[in-house]
Amino acid sequence: MDFLLSHLLTLILFFPALAALVILFLPSDEVRVIRWTALVASLIPLALSVLLWTRFDSSAAGFQFVEQYPWYEAIHSTFHVGVDGLSLTMALLTTLLTPISILASFNIKDRVKAYMILFLMLETGMLGVFLALDLLIFFVFWEIGLVPMYFLINQWGSEKGVRTLWKGVKMQARNYASLKFMIYTMAGSLGLLLAIQMLGVLFQTYDLPSLYQRWNALEGTLMGMPVATVKTIAFWAFVVAFAIKVPVWPFHTWLPDAHTEAPTAGSMILAGVLLKLGAYGFLRLVLPLYPAQAQQFAGALAFLAVMAIVFGAFASYGQTDFKRLVAYSSVNHMGFVLLGIAAAAKVGLNNSDFALNLSKNIALNGAVLQMFNHGLSAAGMFFLVGVIYERTHTRNLNDFGGLFPLVPVYGAILIITSMASLGLPGLNGFVSEFMVVRGAWPILTIYTAIAMLGLLFTGAYILKGIKQVLHGPLNEHWAHGEHRLTEINAREIIVMAPLMVLILVIGIWPAWILEVINKAVMMLF
Amino acid sequence: MQFPFLSVIVFTPMVAALLILMINGERKNEVRVTALAAATFALMLSLWVYFTYDKAAGGYQFLEKYNWMPMFGISLYLGVDGMSAPLVLLTGVVMFTGVLISWGIDDRPREFFAFLFILASGVFGVFISLDLFMLFFFYEIAVFPMYLLIAIWGWIKTREYAAMKLTLYLFIGSVVSLVGALAMYWASGLHTFDMLALEHANLSLAFQKLWFPFVFFGFAILGGIFPFHNWSPDGHVAAPTAVSMFHAGVLMKLGAFAALRVGIMLLPQGAKFWAPLIMGLALVNIVYGAFIAMVQTDFKYIIGFSSVSHMGLVMMGFSTLTPIGMTGAGLQMFSHGVMTALFFAAVGIVYDRAHTRDIPKLGGMVKPLPLVAIAFIIGGLVSMGMPGLSGFMAEFPIFMGIWEVRPIVAIIAATSIVVTAAYIMLAIRRVFFGKMPAEFEGHIGAIRPQDKVALVFLCVIMISLGVIPALMVPWVQSGVQHLVTLLGGA
Repeated sequence: MDFLLSHLLTLILFFPALAALVILFLPSDEVRVIRWTALVASLIPLALSVLLWTRFDSSAAGFQFVEQYPWYEAIHSTFHVGVDGLSLTMALLTTLLTPISILASFNIKDRVKAYMILFLMLETGMLGVFLALDLLIFFVFWEIGLVPMYFLINQWGSEKGVRTLWKGVKMQARNYASLKFMIYTMAGSLGLLLAIQMLGVLFQTYDLPSLYQRWNALEGTLMGMPVATVKTIAFWAFVVAFAIKVPVWPFHTWLPDAHTEAPTAGSMILAGVLLKLGAYGFLRLVLPLYPAQAQQFAGALAFLAVMAIVFGAFASYGQTDFKRLVAYSSVNHMGFVLLGIAAAAKVGLNNSDFALNLSKNIALNGAVLQMFNHGLSAAGMFFLVGVIYERTHTRNLNDFGGLFPLVPVYGAILIITSMASLGLPGLNGFVSEFMVVRGAWPILTIYTAIAMLGLLFTGAYILKGIKQVLHGPLNEHWAHGEHRLTEINAREIIVMAPLMVLILVIGIWPAWILEVINKAVMMLF
Repeated sequence: MQFPFLSVIVFTPMVAALLILMINGERKNEVRVTALAAATFALMLSLWVYFTYDKAAGGYQFLEKYNWMPMFGISLYLGVDGMSAPLVLLTGVVMFTGVLISWGIDDRPREFFAFLFILASGVFGVFISLDLFMLFFFYEIAVFPMYLLIAIWGWIKTREYAAMKLTLYLFIGSVVSLVGALAMYWASGLHTFDMLALEHANLSLAFQKLWFPFVFFGFAILGGIFPFHNWSPDGHVAAPTAVSMFHAGVLMKLGAFAALRVGIMLLPQGAKFWAPLIMGLALVNIVYGAFIAMVQTDFKYIIGFSSVSHMGLVMMGFSTLTPIGMTGAGLQMFSHGVMTALFFAAVGIVYDRAHTRDIPKLGGMVKPLPLVAIAFIIGGLVSMGMPGLSGFMAEFPIFMGIWEVRPIVAIIAATSIVVTAAYIMLAIRRVFFGKMPAEFEGHIGAIRPQDKVALVFLCVIMISLGVIPALMVPWVQSGVQHLVTLLGGA
């Protein structure tokens, strides 16, 4: 037990990768064995992170369960991991969504072995980002996660769909989407990579806690420029990398493509966790490393956030593809996370105004909770889209209609999940969005006001989605014969159950999770 | 006296070549088994040397010195330092995997393996020579068999052109270097070719500035430096698989290594003077090479130009003249060697079966050749600098070195990372995924167990180095330590 507790983070982090290695040696036609091994293997990190959650002391400041081992001594990078309330929440989200997504992919029949291996590698990649306390380790895991996702999209993505490029060149849509995802993210990370290298050269360390202090204390000139200028450039390099991942308008265009083409479980993880990596980067790196620049450019960030909220909602409303509708809703919802971050940035580091500080805290708490909540509801929504797509082989909203009587259980689940996404009081989305808006209001009043108008359209597109699928005149095509729509099955209900329970629990009693988040964001910067 | 490891390493392939030539050419399997045994022996020895090298003590170890022509100060003087130890290991690895991959060569395997081993001897010799004359001697031994290997066993369409082009380029380069080396010999007044002595010859600044470009660029041609790189893709493409592996995997390092050992180490002041030019040219290598690779449609040319781009990083690391940058360059030599050996092995396997390397005509190779696809993907990730693999571990310090010297260059060079990702991902998808053309259906045979061993071996090396940098970094660092002293603590 002592060993377990003292190496808890490493165990959580590397267990999925080890399991992937084990699966590599299983025979590829034993599909059932592979599926169950993967599922069980992903439940263990979940159990461990629940243990982590119970042993975590939410009243203590700083990082806990810290482990540090030598790694790349020549460039002074160590394998340094640790959790605070922020990373703990995200790690829990990741370890929760992975087994759910693996269970959701039990219907995958093609090359199950490779699929499961990639999925478990992906989990290690994502967890590494959340747990890293060394800038280089952060980057290592940040990039590693791209590879499995790329292959999940272009190998198991939807087979239909052709994209016409310039000069009439045709390309399979999933290939287009996966390459765009990869190149977009890698290009976005270039600035991050270069800025990280610069920090490493400057301080001869990549250790985050010491960088927080030394980088902020730096003054004078650097490479022939004032430090403030260098910091501003580096700030934007970080911001662009993370904004692409979040994604923030106008860097969001890879997202609808990637989501639409990805296999169902891929979309669940993409929306549920991968987008959070970007927001986490803002919180873990941008705010603490660049408080002054963040304060200076808070207005610009808020502007982008509001654009994401408003345009995301409009774009979502305009879609006829169910999956694309849900994809754009992510842009809309993640906009609130950024709005909360921008509000906190605007208040700045040591503001003496008590009321503003309170608002800042509320906004940050809301932003982190919104990350968690969006993870739950987006994963749920994508799964539900997947469920109906698997039965009907269409995602076109105009092909559905009036399905509620045919599939009442599915309909009920879809409505509940949609309502969480819409922000219905009593469900989780309301809590976090309210907190963001409450926190941001006194700080960025006009932006918040516009964002709330955007919220109106959130309601509109979600109701549109529900209406087109469940209500209205029944499309007779699905009512009879071989096309008769079948009800959601037991496995699919088991996938949805934990998500729905959490949606409800957080909606009614958010204190248990906010307690953990609050201390972390107060310490954050 | 200790066991003479280094001379045994150098002469093992040579002796094996002679033995192989004595076997009846019809008994092909005996030829192959002999070759494999010799390659395994050389690999074991180089592993031994690598792992017993005392990196805490640093400096040159496993020294051996035999007088050869004492009146001219020439001796067979062998030794490894932290810079060359990984390269000796690399040669052992490439030789071993090269023999495995060439198992299927049916046209005069006896002569093929004999020439390949003479080449290997020369390569080992260059890496461990501490005598300038012997370095040239082995250098020529390494270059010459290349001509025959390409011209006889190469790709029928371009082999004669490519072999001629390659040989002429490299000979001209080595002649230019030789002139520089002789100038050093006379100017030093020491009447010795002993490089350890020449390191302390205190050659004048004017002399160093004048002769550095001769020595450095003469060798750097073999390292593929722009604008003298264009023999290399042609050579790679025309060469048979194992020769491409040797060529890109080891021979290009030979150029870079000799440029380092003779150019930078013996003429450090000259290196400081010319470093900005080298950096500029290396930058062209990196970025231009990546863009050219992007537009190729021949599978092998893609890899050929990617080598040009990656060798640019090695040169770039040298040109920073900072400890961290040079450490990165040393690591990149090894990492790139393993990676291209793997690439060319994979390309060769696909070509042997599909008989075309034209990317638009290929597709769906993952079904019949799953292991090749996985190996190529891992190699591809190494090449795009994916963290957790050896390429990242090597490129990152190089970039840090550039940051210390000229930040703007780091920013420009970094663009190549995205371009590399794009061409590698596109190549992977077009060759291994998608629909397999109908004419290949049922014609793509499985790979031999020998191929599997080679591919897995190379992949394991790349992954373990990426995950545990301590397996190689301390060696290179101890080698760089010496370099830094020569450069005057810069």
